Amino acid sequence: MSDVEKRSAPVPADWTYAPAPESRDVVTIRESYDLFIGGEWVAPRSGERFATTSPATEEHLAEVAQAGPEDVADAIAAARQAFGPWAALPGSERAKYLFRIARILQERAREFAVLESIDGGKPIKESRDVDIPLAAAHFFYYAGWADKLEYAFPNRTPRPLGVAGQIIPWNFPMLMLAWKIAPALATGNTVVLKPAETTPLTALLFCDVLRQAELPPGVVNIITGDGRTGAAIVDGDVDKIAFTGSTDVGKAIQRRLAGTGKRLTLELGGKAANIIFDDAALDQAVEGIVNGIYFNQGHVCCAGSRLFVQESIYEPTIEKLKKRMATLRVGDPLDKNTDVGAINSRMQLEKITELVQSGRDEGAEIYQPPCVLPEKGYWFAPTVFTNVAQSYRIAQEEIFGPVLSVLTFRTPEEAIEKANNTPYGLSAGVWTEKGSRILWMAERLRAGVVWANTYNRFDPASPFGGYKESGFGREGGLHGLQGYVDLSA
Amino acid sequence: MSRLPIKKTYKLYIGGAFPRSESGRTYEAQGQNVAQGSRKDARDAVVAARAAQPKWAGATAYNRGQVLYRIAEMMEARLDELAELATGRDEVEKAIDRFVWYAGFADKLAQALGSSNPVSGPYFNFTVPEPTGVVAIVAPEEPPLLGLVSRIAPAIVGGNTVVAIASEQQPLAAIELAEVLATSDLPGGVVNILTGFRAEIAPWLASHMDVNAIDVTGAEGIRAELEVAAADNVKRVVSGAIDGQSVYEISAFLELKTVWHPIGV
Repeated sequence: MSDVEKRSAPVPADWTYAPAPESRDVVTIRESYDLFIGGEWVAPRSGERFATTSPATEEHLAEVAQAGPEDVADAIAAARQAFGPWAALPGSERAKYLFRIARILQERAREFAVLESIDGGKPIKESRDVDIPLAAAHFFYYAGWADKLEYAFPNRTPRPLGVAGQIIPWNFPMLMLAWKIAPALATGNTVVLKPAETTPLTALLFCDVLRQAELPPGVVNIITGDGRTGAAIVDGDVDKIAFTGSTDVGKAIQRRLAGTGKRLTLELGGKAANIIFDDAALDQAVEGIVNGIYFNQGHVCCAGSRLFVQESIYEPTIEKLKKRMATLRVGDPLDKNTDVGAINSRMQLEKITELVQSGRDEGAEIYQPPCVLPEKGYWFAPTVFTNVAQSYRIAQEEIFGPVLSVLTFRTPEEAIEKANNTPYGLSAGVWTEKGSRILWMAERLRAGVVWANTYNRFDPASPFGGYKESGFGREGGLHGLQGYVDLSA
Repeated sequence: MSRLPIKKTYKLYIGGAFPRSESGRTYEAQGQNVAQGSRKDARDAVVAARAAQPKWAGATAYNRGQVLYRIAEMMEARLDELAELATGRDEVEKAIDRFVWYAGFADKLAQALGSSNPVSGPYFNFTVPEPTGVVAIVAPEEPPLLGLVSRIAPAIVGGNTVVAIASEQQPLAAIELAEVLATSDLPGGVVNILTGFRAEIAPWLASHMDVNAIDVTGAEGIRAELEVAAADNVKRVVSGAIDGQSVYEISAFLELKTVWHPIGV
């Protein structure tokens, strides 16, 4: 075969790799975890506990505490008590704690990455190269702001809000923790954070980091639990709620906070358009499409889940996409070769399965590359739907799984109209070699993040957050400070 | 023979026109019969505001600044009339100066609120402020003119369009302002002013799915109710200064868009 033929030859379905599992030895999982309140491990007064399992194997990992209303009140009280002294510390000293945390995270990165993959099912490649390094980078970034807030808010004396209640999702547990805690501490707030119930372990390991860093007790309190715990935080004596999660829960929180004067930032769902023009560098665009929807099993609020292909290049694009999909390796999250890991929970798998069935029922055409899914655990093959109408549920609702819906367009105006035809507005992608068109599109897309000729890039210096029902407030960058300061002085 | 004066019919201001309330209702305020806006009027106003929004946002910042300044010019010419309907000259002068201050901010917003972000990698990354869209404003009950202007000006300078509910007890200054707006260069529909009972009209705006933000600064007593309704489409809820001005009053009505592009050859 010539080189060209070799490159374009389809990949055989049985093209297996030798397993290359990352060692689990770096991680010690305790049998049971208490709540981290006031710098101490405290048994839940509720007396309730629940199990966290590995979604890849369904093995039982540990028991974690279900924080009840009294536990939540204790955590908030601890944060309230720590607030005065913490806010009074010079910014330069607060910065040092954050720098310490960043450094310890870097040093213990392997341990965190492996634990993240065990508890959440994401490929080690991602937790090792994306989640944990970015989490450390966020602490490093906001450390530097702590004593420079007067540059961020000219002519103002930014003051901390007080106690921030923070509720984070299961798709990027450590990264979301960093997005929440780093700016809150840099601005002098104290924190009560609740990790998601299916992925509590890295947040609990992070408590060790806080102790190592000698962070004053109570500045960060980490409590585990389900939605009831979250609701108790929202209702508790906090000054601010920061929530990342579904739009439905976000709306419920907004309603619950109505009239209370508590500050709120929401980072909610998305149904991003990834738009491919006929002059795009197609191979790069296909990489961007794959990264956009199959990264982290599609458990990404900014996932490029609606693909808009200009009609004239529809066929070659789909052909290349399917070929590329066939090379995705689905399986053991701890295997360094794995591209697509386990679905985070049985509940999420059921939701994906239901929506995919609706796609079939409504008349879309499904394609899944041949791949062998492990017998145990929660898995879903990378999926693409063609022949999708705008009205289909798979083109409207957030699936939060490795499922792509393909639609087409003819003109840039049509692409904009279709892309914006959603209640969401978190992110969007544009692929074209024409610079003026990129800016024209970027200007008209109603989304908080626009990736042009790239997708799913994240950086602590870059603000992230949505338009419309994808939420309000920004995380990251200078703008990420604003959700944690009172500028009235 | 002495001349019989012409009396004014106080009407709503929607889409650049002065309709009566479709409900046909009026109520008495400041000794006059004033249009009592209805749910349908509120919806018409949102339609007008939505229709006007893309063009207003698409105007150059320099142009928007000039339009706001022109409003100040027109207000200055009607200073006496406005003073009579509001609490006096001092309030009107402050309101005029408010428009002037915001006029000058139109073409500085992107610099003051945007950024170029130093990301780790070969990417050009920048953040720009953009209007959130249609903003509903429950204007403060008093001062009737300055309160309204202090909420409208920061909303429209950034490219939003507005549906405002005027002071319930003292709506006449707001209607006079509407006449100023109608004779300025502000395109019809950019600012729409409703008079009537705020407790009746405001909830329709708070729950309206085509309104992007609601300003509850003047929503004393019905704030919680409005905030609950606002969650239906995750509206931005704004509470700002009644007599004050700052870039943050503007940014409360803005979204931030971040754009990434690789750097390469």
